[in-house]
This record gives sequence, structure tokens and C-alpha cells, in this order.
Amino acid sequence: MDVLYLLIPISALLVLAIVAVFGWAVHAGQFDDVEREGERLLQGEPRAVDEAQPAQDAVDTETASSRVWLA
Amino acid sequence: MQNKTNDSAVYSDAAVRLFALAAVLWGVVGMTVGVVIAAQLAWPDLTLGIPWLSYGRLRPLHTNAVIFAFGGSVLFATSYHVVQRTCQTRLFAPGLALFTFWGWQAVILAAAISLPLGITQGKEYAELEWPIDLLIAVVWVSYAVVFFGTIGIRKVRHIYVANWFFGAFIITVALLHIVNGAAIPVSLTKSYSVYAGVQDAMVQWWYGHNAVGFFLTAGFLGIMYYYIPKQAERPVYSYRLSIVHFWALIFTYMWAGPHHLHYTALPDWAQSVGMVFSLVLLAPSWGGMINGIMTLSGAWHKLRDDPILKFLIVSLSFYGMSTFEGPMMSIKTVNALSHYTDWTVGHVHSGALGWVGLISMGALYHLIPRMYGKTAMYSTRAIELHFWIATVGIVLYIAAMWIAGVMQGLMWRAVNPDGTLVYTFVESVKATYPFYVIRLGGGLLYLGGMLIMAWNTVMTVRGGRAVMAPVPAVVAHA
Repeated sequence: MDVLYLLIPISALLVLAIVAVFGWAVHAGQFDDVEREGERLLQGEPRAVDEAQPAQDAVDTETASSRVWLA
Repeated sequence: MQNKTNDSAVYSDAAVRLFALAAVLWGVVGMTVGVVIAAQLAWPDLTLGIPWLSYGRLRPLHTNAVIFAFGGSVLFATSYHVVQRTCQTRLFAPGLALFTFWGWQAVILAAAISLPLGITQGKEYAELEWPIDLLIAVVWVSYAVVFFGTIGIRKVRHIYVANWFFGAFIITVALLHIVNGAAIPVSLTKSYSVYAGVQDAMVQWWYGHNAVGFFLTAGFLGIMYYYIPKQAERPVYSYRLSIVHFWALIFTYMWAGPHHLHYTALPDWAQSVGMVFSLVLLAPSWGGMINGIMTLSGAWHKLRDDPILKFLIVSLSFYGMSTFEGPMMSIKTVNALSHYTDWTVGHVHSGALGWVGLISMGALYHLIPRMYGKTAMYSTRAIELHFWIATVGIVLYIAAMWIAGVMQGLMWRAVNPDGTLVYTFVESVKATYPFYVIRLGGGLLYLGGMLIMAWNTVMTVRGGRAVMAPVPAVVAHA
């Protein structure tokens, strides 16, 4: 089962990487006051720009050439 | 609306729209192929012996179409949508996002041509030959650049939990694809795996099960953690639990794969490791399921009126069912009965039709109208009808396969007092016939639901137009 000498180190490295990312997340304050983050999701997503009058100043270069229903 | 709309102040949703529409199309195609191969199992001569339409070639076409074309498009669409909304910023590289769309469609097209021609690496869920594998790698790296680039330019300090799931899915799938795809080409259409024998089997199922875990679970859990709170208009039941869910799942997932190789040449201890890790997975899986369902706590009445929530919540009950069934089937003594039978097929489809399919449909029903300046699909009653047809279809499908599978397992292991087998193999095939027909019925119902969705999507898109959604001004936060 030589392939385990590949798969187990990969998994071990991955776990170390996960630990590092977890450590970053904790120290960067990602998990401070977490319940509020769940509520923030529901706060203020403004309505889309009025469909009858697409904002002229919102020229989106990626969509300019697409058909309207795909834009 | 206090924020002024300008060039950089609208979300880049072009790729979201394209992937969402592609998902509906590939859903119809992939499930149609599924129905064809289900019918072939009941009536093997259905396609008149035409080699390109033989079961062995269409089956990988079905799995690739539903997992990577349908499921993949859903994941691209929703992750591009969610990462922008939760980071309150546009995509990092909208042009590259469009490249991932066309690149992914090219992969799908190449699969649809090469698989019926019989061009395959022969690895389940990794059949595509090396040139297509290379294209997948390029698209996937671009996907990672767009996704993590967007996280990098986020305007909100906190990274919402759905993005953690999407991020883990993107990184892990890249790793799995590279390790399992390692092959030596001998021609444009043929390559050989760099691993051999049981080594190859181990790598294949390390890939295969983690593909289930990260492509079909982590990614769709990201969908769950955004679209259920949005549709229910309630915050997730416990945000703290969602974080525990994420870390527990990704720490424990990686070594469940050997349960696909019970009682094979794989060393016994490796099989046992796979079984133990599979059993451990029950805990985070059920934590996540309960968290998602309890989001409706105190607002259960919404489930009665809103068919989209029915899709989302019932998908979680199927997630709970199949993540209970899976660990049970990984127990070696249970596996001795279930392995190689249609029980496995039933288990997979309880996860695929029930969990992945329903959560995808629910998320698309939420997403598509909003991408076209509407708040609801063209017909809510059609969503309701789709929900019930799909659910009845799933129940027929998995119940037929459970009965067939247990029956096959019992018939195969039955021995006479003198040690000879009671049944020949073909007797078990014959006994399975009615269940194959019932399964086909279930699949037809599920496909019928998908066709209703396609009609509803066309009507919604025709009546709307693509809107540019403004990025909100960032609210002050800690």
C-alpha cells in the first residue's frame, strides 16, 4: 500500500493547513460576536435598480454586448 | 437608497445568470439520460444495440451530466451570487468568471461527445480523458481566483459561513482532481493512471468519496446556509453551530473513502479506518441538518405557504436521512449485505435527488426571479406541483431500490445446508425486474418536475429582464 505514503502526508498537510486557517480566523476576530453575523445577512439588500429604467451610469462593460435577458 | 450607483457599484451577475439558466438546462438533460438508463435496466434491448447508446457509455454520461453539469452549474451560480452579496462587493474578475462559464460548458460538451464514443479513463466520476481533465484544471483555477479574489476585496470584515463551505469545496476539489487525475497519456484519447491495482483503487475512492463530501455536500451546504435564511427571512438557528459544523466536517471528512473498498484487497485496517471516520461524520452532518431545519423554528407556518421553503427544508431531511444511512452502510457487517446491490444506488439517489437536487431547485427558484428584476417565479403553483411530483418520485425511487437491494443481498448470500448457493445470480436479476420498473416511474416523475421547472424558468425570464443590482453602502461594523 505504497500509495498511503502519498495520501496520508497529503491529508496531514491539509490538516495543518486547516489548523493554520482556523488559527487565522480566530485571531482575526472572525468568530467574535458570531450570532450578529447571522442576522446581518438579512439586513438591507437594496432593491434592484428599477427595471424599467436601467441606470445609465451603471454601464457594465461585461454585459454591454450580451443580449438583454442574459446581461 | 442612499448609495449612488456608479460603475463599480453594481454586482456582476452575468455569470450568475448564465450558470443558473445552464443549470436548469443540464438538469433536464442529465435526468433524461438517467431515465433512459433506468429503462435500459428494465428493458436491456431498448436502444437496439447501438454502441453509442449502450448502458455502459450512457451511465457515466448521466452521472457526469447531473453531478458536474447540473450540480456544477448550480454551485458556480450560487457561489458567485452569495460571495458578492455577503462580501458586499462585485466579483474580483468578472471577465474571468465569464471564462469559467464558457470553459465549463466546453468541458460538458466534450464529455457529452467523448463518453458515448467510449473514450474514458474508467474511473467512476472521473471518466473524462486527460485533455478534458486539463481544461477542468484551468477552469477550476480561474474559479478559485475569482472566488478567493472576491473574498480578498470584501467590504465586510466577517466572512459569512456559506463562503467557508464554498471555499473548502473549491480547494478540495482542485486537490482531488489533480491527485486522482494523474495519468500518463499514450494518445490524445487514451491515458493510463500513474497508480496501479489496489493503489489505484485507494486513490480512486479517496477521490470518489471526497468528491461526494466536498462537491456534493460542502458546496451545497454553502447554498443551504445562505438561501434558507434568505427565503425564510430568519437568521440561521445557531450561527455558532454553523461554524462548528464547518470545521468539524472538514477536519473529519478526508478518510471516509475506504468504505467503498470493504472486503477487497485493501488492507483490513485501512477499511476499518474508513468505517470509523464514516461513523464519526454522522455528528457534524446531523448538527448541520438540525441547524438548517431549526432556522424555521417559530415560523413553521411559512413551510405551509411557501413551496420554495418546502424544497429547501425537505432537502435537509433527505440530507439527514442519507447521512444516517451512509455511516450505517459503512459498517462492515452491514456493508457485507449492501455492497454491490441496488441499496447503494438507492442511498446515492436519496442524497442526489433528495438533498442535492431539491436544495438546488429551491435555491434556483429563489435566485432566478431576483436575477430578472422580479420577486417570484412566473408561477408559484407550478413550484408547488414540482415539489410534490419530485418528492413522490424520490420516495418511489429510493423505496424500490431499498427493497431490491436488501433482497439481492439476501439472495446472494443464501446457502443450502450443503454449502451450495440457493439462488443463481440471474434469479436475483429476475426478481429485481419489478423494482426497476418502479424506479423508472420514480425517475420519470422527478424528470417531469424538472420539466415544469424549465417551463417556469422560461416564462419567468421572458417576462423579466436582467437587472443590475446595486452594491449597498457598507454598514458600519465592528
